Parts: sequence; structure tokens; C-alpha cells
Amino acid sequence: MRSNLSPSGMKRVKAISRLDGFYGEEIRRMMYRFRRNKLSLLGLAWFVVLTFVAVFAYQLAPYPEDASTPHFYEMFKPPSLEHLLGTDEAGRDVLSRIIIGSQISVSTGLLVLLLAVTIGVPAGLASGYVGGALDAFVMRVADVIFSIPPLVLALCVTVVLTPSLEHSMIAIAFAHWPWYARIVRGEVLHVKEEGYVEAARSLGASTPYIAFMEILPNVLTPIIVRMSLDLGYAILILAALGFLGLGARPPTPEWGTIAGVGRVHLPSRWWITTFSGLAIFITVLASNLLGDGLRDALEPQVE
Amino acid sequence: MPGDPAAAALGEEAKPEQIAKLRKEMGLDQPIFVQYFIFLGNLLFKGELGLSSLTYRDALKDVSQYFAPTFELVTASMALALLAGIPLGILASQRRDKWLDHFIRLFTISGVSMPRFWTAVLLQLVVAYGLGMLPVTGRLERGVPVPTHITGLFIVDSLITGNFTAFVGSVRSLILPAITLALSPMAAICRYVRGSMLDESTKDYVFFARANGISSKLLTYRHMLRNAISPVLTQSSLTFAYLLGNAFEVEVMFSWPGQASYAQLAAVTKDVNAIVAVTLIIGIFYLVINLFVDLGYGYLDPRARVAEKA
Repeated sequence: MRSNLSPSGMKRVKAISRLDGFYGEEIRRMMYRFRRNKLSLLGLAWFVVLTFVAVFAYQLAPYPEDASTPHFYEMFKPPSLEHLLGTDEAGRDVLSRIIIGSQISVSTGLLVLLLAVTIGVPAGLASGYVGGALDAFVMRVADVIFSIPPLVLALCVTVVLTPSLEHSMIAIAFAHWPWYARIVRGEVLHVKEEGYVEAARSLGASTPYIAFMEILPNVLTPIIVRMSLDLGYAILILAALGFLGLGARPPTPEWGTIAGVGRVHLPSRWWITTFSGLAIFITVLASNLLGDGLRDALEPQVE
Repeated sequence: MPGDPAAAALGEEAKPEQIAKLRKEMGLDQPIFVQYFIFLGNLLFKGELGLSSLTYRDALKDVSQYFAPTFELVTASMALALLAGIPLGILASQRRDKWLDHFIRLFTISGVSMPRFWTAVLLQLVVAYGLGMLPVTGRLERGVPVPTHITGLFIVDSLITGNFTAFVGSVRSLILPAITLALSPMAAICRYVRGSMLDESTKDYVFFARANGISSKLLTYRHMLRNAISPVLTQSSLTFAYLLGNAFEVEVMFSWPGQASYAQLAAVTKDVNAIVAVTLIIGIFYLVINLFVDLGYGYLDPRARVAEKA
């Protein structure tokens, strides 16, 4: 156990261990471990702010109509008090577009992961629990996907379909699901032989019931940890696709797309690409810090 | 049909009859499995992947031409990542939980969090435009003649031919894109080395060596690093294969004439054959690297050799 705790820390540990109820205690321990990591709290704080900004985007943006309406008489204004982050090639306020774009960038990142989980988790459950030919098939498909870098895979998907935000999301989810399948499969193989699974089986529970109701809750932690670590990566690839002209289409205020359109105006109109890139950087940094903290809190043995 | 190559090649103005005609010429009216065998046959017996609608040459020819610049860039980035990542990781493990460790941790997390295009923009704005120290884009500085083509790698070619100006010019052009691409693998390597070294430090032989009064430098570099490094190198060689597919933003930002810029252009213009060629090359490269890792593992790590024999 930890012996290098401060006196107040020791008191807190004692207070925690006095609490009744296994889950309450477990959650409190997690909260405690999470709170010790100051950088993760910073990451969490950024997401709280970002969620607030995304929800009230149109109220907070100084020029809400600039999400789409061009003002050609105000093209390429450098940052000033009037336009804090300057204006772009159509005279739109960059700050307003970044604020409104927050709705897209974060929610799409989350959606991509949810999609990857909805494919990967059942695939992993089936693969691990049923085994045999199904297992071999799922794992070989996963191997093939692993051997192609996600961005290349996304490129292929966007070529077959047409470049759009939705298609880039599908592509990234497609590149990510095998990770979840593999994690879940490993965990299932681990808990499959546990007593409670055998008990359920001998009571006559169906295979899907055992897989989803008995096994799934016990393999949730590594999934959540992996998701929190993947969020930043998903946001980065989405932005990269937008930047390369293969994601969201230009009038959409998606951060990567704003940066990609601004690229041709470098270096004299540096503010468009620089500030939209900064927004991506801070958000990805925050999600990585948050993910690190969550991992340390939920899986303390992996340090 | 979305992504129809015939329709994409002819553009939006094309009449349905024209598209149908081209579909027939391209063999797209055949059943899909017949198309697949034609494709395989052409690839294996003629070494052809089909015309790129962008360059009107065989896509495989295009890719083999664009591979060398990307390979040069990726190799330089990987070298940079190893040269910076390993010492930083060792340093972090030695100063565990001290401010230097926290600083390196923050630095590495920032490294993986930076969008590559953004790193490129910052470097270009500050180093190239602001300070005027290095060229902004391209593989060679303006006015420097291209070295004689031998391998296609400018640095190697200029060295072989003794062309010093071209060597300096290509190294100077390579620095910024290589740093941009190296940042995230460097961070990964650093974290990996740190963890690996910390694992080693709890082992018995370290305790024993310390008790015998061995100098900490000798212990770190001769004994611990040797044990800690082989998983790191395995990891890095896979990263190396992955970098080949991650160079898109960097090549586009630095106008680097490699296969990633080619693929990006191909994707925007829906050049299916070109995309297939690039994907194929990257997949093959990944497999080759994997093979080398498996073969090289025993060479690097005597423990793996013993395990095989036993």
C-alpha cells in the first residue's frame, strides 16, 4: 500500500475505508485517486467549459450569424478588439466560428467512439465467448484493419463514399472497433471461467444473457479507460481529415476544416489556421490528460 | 452508385451514355469477382494496377516514384524520435516524480496532442518565415540543382555523388518536416522507455549490482538499458510502418512530393487506382517491417533466442 501519504491524506484514506458499502467505497477511492492528479482535473475543467460553450454557442459567439453568412467587405481583418481572432477569407469572425465549431468537434469525436464501441464490444463478446471459427474470423479481420494506418483507411472510405463529416466519422469508427473487440475478447477469456458465469450457465441462462448481463459489466472498466484515451486521437484524425479536404465540407465550422481552408492564406493571414489549430490542440491535450487520470483512477495496478 | 470511378473520371458534365461506355472500357460492367481476378492478374503478371486518372500513368509506377521522398522523410523522423525519445525517457525514469519527470510528461502529452498540421504551421511561421533560418517548403532549397538520381533519396544521392550543396540543401529542407512528424512517435517512445526502465529498476540484478558498488552510469546504460530497449525497438519499428500512413498533413503542409501528398490529391479527385496503390504499398511495408521485427528480435535479445531453443 501507499506509505508516502501526507497526514491529511492518511486521514482521508481512513475516512474512506470507514465508509459502508462496497461500491460506494470503490467509487470514493477512484474519486480520490483521480483528484490527486491535478493535470487531469485541468483536463476535466476544460471539458466542462467546452460543454458549456457548445451548449450556449450561439449566445456566446460575438457574431453568431458568421457560422455561415459571409461579409466580403470585412475579409482578412487581423485580430483586433472588434474581431479578437481576426476574420477569414469570407469576412467571418474566426472566434465565432471556432465557438460554434465546438458543437461539431467534440460531439463527433464522442460519436465516433460510441460507434466503434457498438461494433467492437459485441464482436469481442461473441469472439471470446463463442470462440471457434467465429473467433478466428473476427480476429483475422481485426488483424487486417490493424495493418492499415487509420488515416489511410479513412482515406479509402472517403474515396469510395463521398467526402463528408458523416463518412469520415464512419471511417474512423471502422478503424477503431478492432481495438475494443480485442480488449473485450481478452477480458471475456479471463472471466469466462469464473464461478458466477458457471452459476448462471447451470441455472439455464441463455448465451446472450450471460454475455451481456453477466460478463459485460465486468469488462466495462478497460473499455471506459480505452475510450477516454482514444477520444483525443479520434478528434485529431477527424480534424486531419477536415484539414485535408476529406472531412466536413468548407462552410461547416469544423475546426480542422477551418484550418484547412486557412492554410492557403499562410503566412500573411496566419490567424485562421493558427487559432483553429490551437482549439484542437487544447481539446486533445485536455482529453489526453483526462484519459491519463481516469486510467490511473480506474486501473491503479497499471502504473 | 457512390464513388463510381467512371463517373468520377469524367466529371459532373458527363452524359449517362459516356459513363456507361467508360464503365465498359474499364471493365466495371463485369461481376465484382471477375473484376477482382482481372485486377489480381494484372498486378501479378504485368505489375500493373491500372491508370491513375490524375497522371494517366500506371498507379504502381506513380507510387514507386513517390515512395522515395516519403521514405526519406519517415526515416529521418524515426531517427529523430529515437535520438530524442530514448534519452528523455531515461532521464524521466531517473527523476521519477520530480519536477523534471512532470515536465517531460507534460511535454510528451503535448507532443501527442498537437495536430500535425498545426505543429507544421507554428514551425513555418516562427523558424522559416520569422527567423528565416530554414526553407519553408519543398525537398531542396530554391536554386539548388537536384542531385543525380540513384536511389531517389536526395540525402543519399548527394552523398554518393559528393554533391555537397545538394546535401546541405536537402538536409536543411528536411529538418522542419522531420521534426513535425517525429513529435508524436518521440513522445510514445519516451513514455515507453520510462516505463520499461522503471520496470527494470525493481529487478534483483539492479539491487545486486548496486550492492556491489557499480557506478550508476554503467548500471543504467550497460545493464538496464540493454534489457529495457528491445521491447522499445519492437514498438518503434511498428511505429515506423505507421508513420508512412501518417505523413499526410506534414507532406501537404511542406509541399513534400511524396506518396502522402499524392494520395491526398488522389483522394480529393477520387482517383481509385492511385489510392489502391498507396494502400497496397503501406500494407506491404507494414508486413515487411513485421517480418524484420520477428527476425531481429532474437538477434537483439538473447533471452528470446534461448526461449526459442528450449
